[in-house]
Amino acid sequence: MTTQTHISHNPLLVAVFWLYVAVPLAWGVWSTLQKALALFH
Amino acid sequence: MSGFFSRERIVAPNNYNRWLVPPAALAVHLCIGQAYAFSVFNGPLSKVIGITESTPDDWKLTTLGWIFSLAIFCLGLAAAFGGKWLEKVGPRVTMFVAACCFGGGFLISAIGVQLHQIWLLYLGYGVLGGIGLGLGYVSPVSTLIKWFPDRRGMATGMAIMGFGGGAMIGAPLSVFLMDMFKSATSVGVTQTFVVMGVLYFISMMIGALAIRVPAEGWKPAGWNPPVGKVNKLITNNHVHIDQALKTPQFYLLWLALCLNVTAGIGVLGQASLMIQESFKGSVTVAAAAGFVGLMSLFNMGGRFLWSSASDWLGRKNTYMIYFLLGIAMYSSVPAASQSGNVAMFVTFYCIIISMYGGGFSTIPAYLADIFGTKFVGGIHGRLLTAWSAAGVFGPVLVNYIREYQVAHGVAKADAYTDTMYIMAVLLVVGLICNLLVRPVHAKHHMSQKEIDSFDASGARLADAH
Repeated sequence: MTTQTHISHNPLLVAVFWLYVAVPLAWGVWSTLQKALALFH
Repeated sequence: MSGFFSRERIVAPNNYNRWLVPPAALAVHLCIGQAYAFSVFNGPLSKVIGITESTPDDWKLTTLGWIFSLAIFCLGLAAAFGGKWLEKVGPRVTMFVAACCFGGGFLISAIGVQLHQIWLLYLGYGVLGGIGLGLGYVSPVSTLIKWFPDRRGMATGMAIMGFGGGAMIGAPLSVFLMDMFKSATSVGVTQTFVVMGVLYFISMMIGALAIRVPAEGWKPAGWNPPVGKVNKLITNNHVHIDQALKTPQFYLLWLALCLNVTAGIGVLGQASLMIQESFKGSVTVAAAAGFVGLMSLFNMGGRFLWSSASDWLGRKNTYMIYFLLGIAMYSSVPAASQSGNVAMFVTFYCIIISMYGGGFSTIPAYLADIFGTKFVGGIHGRLLTAWSAAGVFGPVLVNYIREYQVAHGVAKADAYTDTMYIMAVLLVVGLICNLLVRPVHAKHHMSQKEIDSFDASGARLADAH
């Protein structure tokens, strides 16, 4: 229980988990933005 | 009972960092959002035998179109029927089943492509994948609302934004994988389906492993539920999922969501053609594709921004803005088109699509305000049948009105004018529905005894897994 409590409160774990979802999302947004730029050319 | 799926295992300790829950939800929603990018497979799937071009034995686009339609239909059914089960067993079991269905659906579809049996794609991605979509969509919503009672809109906005963003990952990923696997004898779809099925299963399972529910009575540090009648529409009571269907509020919100989505989904599907026909000669095919991409970004951004804003504006007021601003935008689009002002046309549509996305992400928090948090996942699931209905109405309205206009001699550039005015009228009806929403009558609220009884039966069911 002590280990679980420590892990669940670890800010590094929170940051890593957010990066895990943010990196692919950022890649998707970047790919879409590149496509969208064609509208302004 | 200490099984993997037991409630005991997913109840968080008191000092649990609640910011771990949104990425768990996003890990699921970013996967299932791939559904909106399924059309990238249509071209290669129509050339599985011919490889470089379609042969008579290859699947037709009309045949392939049923895969996505079936998936969205099953999404609605699974959300409607699975929502009640979700409230009993909790989010981890539901996310696990969603991961098995969605990932497994890809694998069955891969076999279907390899054997060239279309019924396996219908069964795999259509039925099984659709069930995974529905269960995955509703599974983290009520959990997020319980973790963020102070910012319900922002919390649901984060997850549902993931559904909008999933297509942005799924489309380039699919193209990348198909390019990697294609050869002189294969279009590369079989291998792509296998890789995506495995990847999505793993990612959704990470979400299922990470999800936690707050302990009974937990609240954020320093936050207390508002006392007195700060906002009459926010209740501290709970309405049972079956009882919610007996209230007028459920049907008013069903109509409000359905009409907002109908208006948005109709133009979303026709965006590329619409801008090319409205500005013939000045907007190229590539620029039109860019317009579709820009709308995807506003669809995703609107899900987070509008829903977050609803925490301050109030849910009813936010929906009022969707309808009032939507009416103004739809009514102004024909003028922008006729004046040849592309920038204004694009701006209006981006605002419209941001509110289309916002409608999806604001509705769970609206339901939690009106019906309480206890059964919001299940009630939300049932309300999502409005999405399925809008998925039929929206495109039908836009396509058939356009065809009728063109057949009666209206220039293609002007063929969408009446459609836009009809959409504006739909939003007027939605505005009235939203105006009629009042707090639920006390006779529909659950007693404490009923809540305790439900909690006990839910714990027994979850422990049995």
